[in-house]
Amino acid sequence: MSAEVEIRGLRKVYGQTVALESIDLTIARGDFVVLLGPSGSGKTTLLSILGGFAEPTEGTVLIAGEDVTHVPAAQRPTTTVFQDYALFPHMSVGANIGFGLAMRKVPAAERQPRVEAALEMVGLAGMSGRRVHELSGGQRQRVALARALVVEPKVLLLDEPLGALDLNLRRQMQEELTRIQKRIGTTFVHVTHDQDEAMSMADSIVVMNHGRIEDIGPPNRVYLRPATRFTATFMGESNLIEGRVVAAQAGSVRVETPLGMIDVEGEVEVGSRVALSIRPEQVAQGAADEGALSLGEARVVEQAFHGTHLRCHAKGGPNGEIEFLLQLPQRSKVEIGSSLTLHVRRDDIVMLTD
Amino acid sequence: MRARLPVMLQLLPAASYLVLIYAFIFLPVAVLVLFSFQDGTLPVPPLRGLSLRWYEAVFSDARMMESLWNSIAVALLSSFLATLLGFLAAYGLARHRLRGAASLQWLLMAPLSVSYLIIGMGLLITFNSFGIPKSLTAIGIGHVVINLPLAFAIVYSQLGAHQANIERAARDLGAAEWQVLLLITVPLIWPALIAAFFLSVTLSWDEFIIALLVSRFEVTLPVEIWSMLRSGLNPQTNAVGTLVFAISMLLVVLVETLVLRRKRSG
Repeated sequence: MSAEVEIRGLRKVYGQTVALESIDLTIARGDFVVLLGPSGSGKTTLLSILGGFAEPTEGTVLIAGEDVTHVPAAQRPTTTVFQDYALFPHMSVGANIGFGLAMRKVPAAERQPRVEAALEMVGLAGMSGRRVHELSGGQRQRVALARALVVEPKVLLLDEPLGALDLNLRRQMQEELTRIQKRIGTTFVHVTHDQDEAMSMADSIVVMNHGRIEDIGPPNRVYLRPATRFTATFMGESNLIEGRVVAAQAGSVRVETPLGMIDVEGEVEVGSRVALSIRPEQVAQGAADEGALSLGEARVVEQAFHGTHLRCHAKGGPNGEIEFLLQLPQRSKVEIGSSLTLHVRRDDIVMLTD
Repeated sequence: MRARLPVMLQLLPAASYLVLIYAFIFLPVAVLVLFSFQDGTLPVPPLRGLSLRWYEAVFSDARMMESLWNSIAVALLSSFLATLLGFLAAYGLARHRLRGAASLQWLLMAPLSVSYLIIGMGLLITFNSFGIPKSLTAIGIGHVVINLPLAFAIVYSQLGAHQANIERAARDLGAAEWQVLLLITVPLIWPALIAAFFLSVTLSWDEFIIALLVSRFEVTLPVEIWSMLRSGLNPQTNAVGTLVFAISMLLVVLVETLVLRRKRSG
């Protein structure tokens, strides 16, 4: 797989505000990449720079091997599905989709079948004569997608396009987008702040915070082995146990924590402050057996039924100062104030150094 | 019935106030229109009978007809120019971040607060020093000067962030700047453009002071009427005044149907 997008040393400053800092990112051809981060993390700025709507202060952007850093949007091999869809309200659905082709001077006779094919791809066959204002939100979304894909861009950029849809429709569109992407093989770069959406769609997730990339990797790796504290807490939730490295040997360190000495994999200098991350659903009830680490007793202070699981806050540690977040099986019967014996698989513990 | 009477009495002051206000506004025009049909030589009471002879006189008056066409040409051309320039200025200021944009905008709107007499004098002096002769063209330039700020203000108010996003989508799909303007922006805000154009036409149509100051042999209708008035009132001035009024009303109705009704349905 060759690189479709290469971003090197990117930096973007708006006045006094640094929007992006030292961004290096390579996106393989045909990948579905999701830029994930909270608002203000720089993900939308990065997408704008890819689309040619903003110029970076420093750094270069290569698409399909060509330097496009200073190429305007109109001349880039990218198209965008915008957050508010930005359909042309004065044109029919067919004219909207055909617009990009017309700009590329594709003859009208050739445009027609391509517009129809694009409509069929997004499940709106035969709707070419409709007016934009006659469409529902989900249909507008599909027209925006068809309009952007019909010109066969090298990279399709999606700027939080599912944000305005209700939950069911959003799920449906997520699945449909991945299906379409796999079928046509175009590189997709999708921006969202919703980690579920990111995990369900991405081949590769780029986690962003404060204008920097925190982590890049496939969803399961980013979730199970987060690279930074931010990733551990933003991609789902995490229990972070603070500690200090007291001993280190090849590939393994001993960390002093309020829960006692814990041995974990990793290489860090002795004396470093670290955090041990454990996912709520990785904490289990009962005594620790082979390969597991006891987390001791914890007293339940809050609980709520979430359908798929029982969400629980419990206080543990020697003085009850460590708060655990737990996801217990949905049929668990837990009383507030009752005491739980907790353990975790040693493999599940992730050491975070920053 | 007894219960209703006090209500009607209560309404009486309001109703008479209403009648008085409308009479105040429309009586002069009504009198003008009525006596344009006077079958006599004086446009004053009593009404001696109805006749169309004064309209016939207007339509067979070559000077009057010439100035009518002059007025139409000046109004259409100057309004087209004012709308075009106002649109371009509004688009530039709405879409690009410029240093000193606020003062540029203020400068564009400033002529609105200057009286036509002052603008007319300024034009007269300027034209003089540049050797531009008194002419219809000079009137047209004057009308562009007074109407451009209005056209700018109307169009600028309609160029919001929503259209900016739509324009961005067009650029994203490969449209060059002129294609964005022509295929996206103009169709999106055409009601504002039409409103600006017709408002300019209306103002140019009965603008008198500038037209008087910067014209000589070829004049517009208001100037022609004025020179007619100097030789005294006669029903023919009423007839031509009625025509001017009718055309103004027609323009208002046009704006109403083309722009406002469309806005409501859209």
